[in-house]
Amino acid sequence: MAHLQELEALTKALSGLGIDEKSLISILGKSDPARRTTFRQRSTHFFIEDERSFERWDDHRINLLRLEFVRFENALVLWAMHPWERDARLVHEALTLVPQSYRVILEIACTRSSEELLGARKAYHSLYDHSIEEDVAIHVTGSERKLLVALVSAYRYEGPKVSEDAAKSEAKLIAKAIKNGDKKNPIDDDEVIRILTTRSKPHLKAIYKHYKEVSGKNINEDIEAADFILKETAECLCNPHAYFSKVVDEAIRNDADHNTKKALTRVIVTRADVDLKEIKEEYNSLYGVPLTQKIDDNANGNYKDLLLALMTRD
Amino acid sequence: MATIFAPANHVPGEDAESLYKAFKGWGTNEKAVISVLAHRNATQRKQIRQAYWDLYQEDLVKRLESELKGDFERAVYRWILEPQDRDAVLANVALKKSSDYHVIVEIACVRSAEELLAVRRAYQARYKHSLEEDVAAHTTGDVRKLLVGLVTTFRYEGAEINTRLAKSEANILQDAIKDKKFSNDEVIRILTTRSKTQLMATFNGFKDDQGTSITKALLGEPADNEFKRLLRIAIRCINEPLKYYEKILRNAIRKFGTDEDAITRVIVTRAEKDLLDIKELYYKRNSVPLDQAVAKETSGDYKAFLLALLGKQD
Repeated sequence: MAHLQELEALTKALSGLGIDEKSLISILGKSDPARRTTFRQRSTHFFIEDERSFERWDDHRINLLRLEFVRFENALVLWAMHPWERDARLVHEALTLVPQSYRVILEIACTRSSEELLGARKAYHSLYDHSIEEDVAIHVTGSERKLLVALVSAYRYEGPKVSEDAAKSEAKLIAKAIKNGDKKNPIDDDEVIRILTTRSKPHLKAIYKHYKEVSGKNINEDIEAADFILKETAECLCNPHAYFSKVVDEAIRNDADHNTKKALTRVIVTRADVDLKEIKEEYNSLYGVPLTQKIDDNANGNYKDLLLALMTRD
Repeated sequence: MATIFAPANHVPGEDAESLYKAFKGWGTNEKAVISVLAHRNATQRKQIRQAYWDLYQEDLVKRLESELKGDFERAVYRWILEPQDRDAVLANVALKKSSDYHVIVEIACVRSAEELLAVRRAYQARYKHSLEEDVAAHTTGDVRKLLVGLVTTFRYEGAEINTRLAKSEANILQDAIKDKKFSNDEVIRILTTRSKTQLMATFNGFKDDQGTSITKALLGEPADNEFKRLLRIAIRCINEPLKYYEKILRNAIRKFGTDEDAITRVIVTRAEKDLLDIKELYYKRNSVPLDQAVAKETSGDYKAFLLALLGKQD
């Protein structure tokens, strides 16, 4: 009986985000060879029967497990970094990975303040001997390049002054571009790019308000799912808390892939000193479950403890 | 090297008093204004503004605007502003009044990355918009892409050169020129993101390979293409700013009817930087000292002010 419980405990310790180090030590660390053999034989999702009669680690599983073991380490290193270095490293990593990581680039470009983004660009010089826009332009192609280069280069005005007339007319421009979406992708529309990448955030909020009055829907609802990058840009710029809640929720799901999972660390660590409280509230209202509880259920060990510590500071 | 002569030991309060005396009563003692302001560097001018405010509760700049007139007033106004504020004003005028977009290219390409940043900040403080916002809103198409790219870049400022990259990007530029596709995305990417040292290596590579400089290669058909004109100016400003300024002055002085705006702009913005080198270049090219040429084409207080900035001591 104890055996079965142990097995369950071990399986839990190795599933989800991060590793329950204490459990592993107390169970596996003390087990004798026979017990470990039973463990291997019973854990068919981790070990396969080799043709030469021994229980072998599944390669894919080892790699995934190794990633889980370093999840805490990566989170801590990221947490200790200066925000500028953090953002610069995140962008650089996103550029040298799969295209799906464009999300990280637009997340940083859109949710940081003008000075924070500037700081990241300076840190990027120091770390990589290139400018951020230089590397984004080289690694990103097609329509996304124009959007992303402009987003990382922006130094948006941060004052409250907004021209309502300009906001109204620009809302109409965007509405027209979206309506023409089947003929020309909005991301290829020069005016859409100009508005999203140069206007101040208060001005964009005014545009969204006018857009909703005119068309009854939110801008990001109207942008087709096919234009994922444009949709996320609009979201990041105008409702970052909802965006972060969504990203975090995707990361905690069981079927999340490695890159998606990394978002949990990234969001909690990068927003802990900024607006984590608001993100928690938004998450709760969107998904009906407190984010701390979700993390408590799905994360393990030191990794979980670190995240919860970051989330419950005052 | 700079041309102005500024004394090491100046007392801002005394200067403020001298200026106040110059304004008192009917008319203005322009000679006094010139003898003080034309012989003070940027730091000293800032101190004088502060002292004037402390003593007379009045903004020296506003007083100058009301006391002086014409080309003289415009020159002194630009001179008294801090360099980044001055550039912001020049950019705004270029965008909204004169459509002299080459001024924007000049500012974006000649200033260092940090200086350009300071200009962007000063622009926001003054006009409650970001520089790129206004540039984008006032231009269209390829010109917009080039100008927005140039004003938003934060170029890496190191001395590293990647020779292989310089060769390959020189080829990209050569292909674009051959196919007469001057405004393709790659040309803009290279010009608006690479570091200046890297670009100079690229231009050198171009010259070694093609036997002619890239600016010469860009001449020819189509002749009156605004984008091509601005592209050439960007390249010249990055590659050989002194020669560029010499040519601006030569054209401004030679043209039928002098271009005072251009003369003022070059002399005021370079007097504390490299006007001495520009003077030498001018003499070499035209066999006439710049001072003499300026004296011939201008008159009155405006002339006296320019000559003082050019290094003439009373």
